[in-house]
Amino acid sequence: MIKALGYFIEIIKGSIITTRHFVVNMHFHILKVLGFKTKRKGAVTIQYPEQKREIASRHRSLHRLMKRADGKPRCVVCMLCVTVCPSECIYVEAAEDPDPEIQKYPSIFIIDLSRCCFCGFCVEACPEDALRMDTGKIEFAEYSREDMVYNLEKLIE
Amino acid sequence: MNELIIILIKIICALVWFLLLTLYLTWAERKESAVIQDRIGANRASILGIRIIGLFQPFADAIKMIFKEDFTPRFSRRFLHTLAPFLSFFFVAITITAIPFGDVLKIGKQTIKLQILDINVGLLFVLAMLSLGIYGIIVSGWASNNRYALVGGMRGAAQLVSYEVALGLSLVGLIMVFPSLRLSEIVHAQGGLLFGFLPKWGIFLQPLGLLVFFFAALAETKRVPFDLPEGENEIVGFFTEYSGLKWGLFMMTDFMEIIIVSALLTTLFFGGWQVPWLAADGFHFPWGGQWLLPHGIVVLLQVLSFNMKVIFFCWLQILIRWTYPRFRYDQVMDLGWKLLIPLSLVNIIGTGIVMSF
Repeated sequence: MIKALGYFIEIIKGSIITTRHFVVNMHFHILKVLGFKTKRKGAVTIQYPEQKREIASRHRSLHRLMKRADGKPRCVVCMLCVTVCPSECIYVEAAEDPDPEIQKYPSIFIIDLSRCCFCGFCVEACPEDALRMDTGKIEFAEYSREDMVYNLEKLIE
Repeated sequence: MNELIIILIKIICALVWFLLLTLYLTWAERKESAVIQDRIGANRASILGIRIIGLFQPFADAIKMIFKEDFTPRFSRRFLHTLAPFLSFFFVAITITAIPFGDVLKIGKQTIKLQILDINVGLLFVLAMLSLGIYGIIVSGWASNNRYALVGGMRGAAQLVSYEVALGLSLVGLIMVFPSLRLSEIVHAQGGLLFGFLPKWGIFLQPLGLLVFFFAALAETKRVPFDLPEGENEIVGFFTEYSGLKWGLFMMTDFMEIIIVSALLTTLFFGGWQVPWLAADGFHFPWGGQWLLPHGIVVLLQVLSFNMKVIFFCWLQILIRWTYPRFRYDQVMDLGWKLLIPLSLVNIIGTGIVMSF
């Protein structure tokens, strides 16, 4: 009986915490409904499909291939990204470029996003700054695995 | 004939009130828990793109529940398995008949009591029906023919039976103070004034009884601080083998129990439909002065007062459900047998001593 009375104080304390949360949040919700603008909101929820959270500038999102001034990909098919990729999801095939300054350009550049682990090693390895992960796109769910394989046209945008 | 029609209208009104409140309590529970936890809660259910803070959610839930597969395991006892949720639902739903929603309503010469059945053992009737609800739990556990469900059902029965004792004993003091078991008379008795200004509600006459009754009633609703019978998330409970609408009935029973407990608390300890200082012809303030009101508005105020109190206690119970973790089983039993029952006995003796002077 004494033991049961011992946690009675804690029970009261707990209910005070939840009541405080309820009253404070409800206060801000009602202010919002009445049209007052407050700095603080009643809830921390971000209503996802409609509202989106701002992505940090260093966030590793969908890859993109950078272009030269004339619109061709910057990639010189050095295969460094293919080598460094831990999940082996990049496949590159080279073709000969008529320009002797460039020599090689990618005829096929495939990233299999269903295997990619977004570690960003490919971006760090690239000596030409041809590959970046700064598109800010994080929603690329597809209905089939084949659609997750992004080729040159899709990556260069 | 006229009587019959009035009774039918009363039954329909009470049931609609009860079921609507139950439906919206599911929504309110989600919303309130969300507000407590700094979230927003269910707000997406919409009809033709209109979503008023998710007010259509209960209907969406109900439609989902109806169209879910109603699965009975091969090893279960089919008849009892089907019967159990209806038992549990019926015994809770029937208690609403004895709850007074208001005083009499006079239309022309006709006087209508705003209560379906004004029986002279109203309080006992409600308690008995709430106890019979245990059969729903035991039968569902037994008929599922699943060991875990059976153990869950037994756990539920043990908890409910032990709290039934405290629940009954805590009300003895109240019955001594307002010497009647008729709920409408108990509410009428709470209409007077204490020391000339305080409404003569049960809370001021029986504070200890209220405390014991409230804890015991919380245990009776078998929700979170005392949710050992079902234990949604880790211990396996009595409705493990239920799905679809049958499971929905069990869930609705839970919410209906909350409403019934709130209604009982209101009726017994918070003056039922009484508004402080409101008599049949208007307000009579203790500091002198009165404010006379027509009959219709008085009845409206009384019904509103009852509803507000019930909704407040529903809110309180949801708050409690989202605040506390579950008790261990021995703690539940300790609280019931070693704290609440002695306290209720002390309450009876104390009430007797005070009344004898």
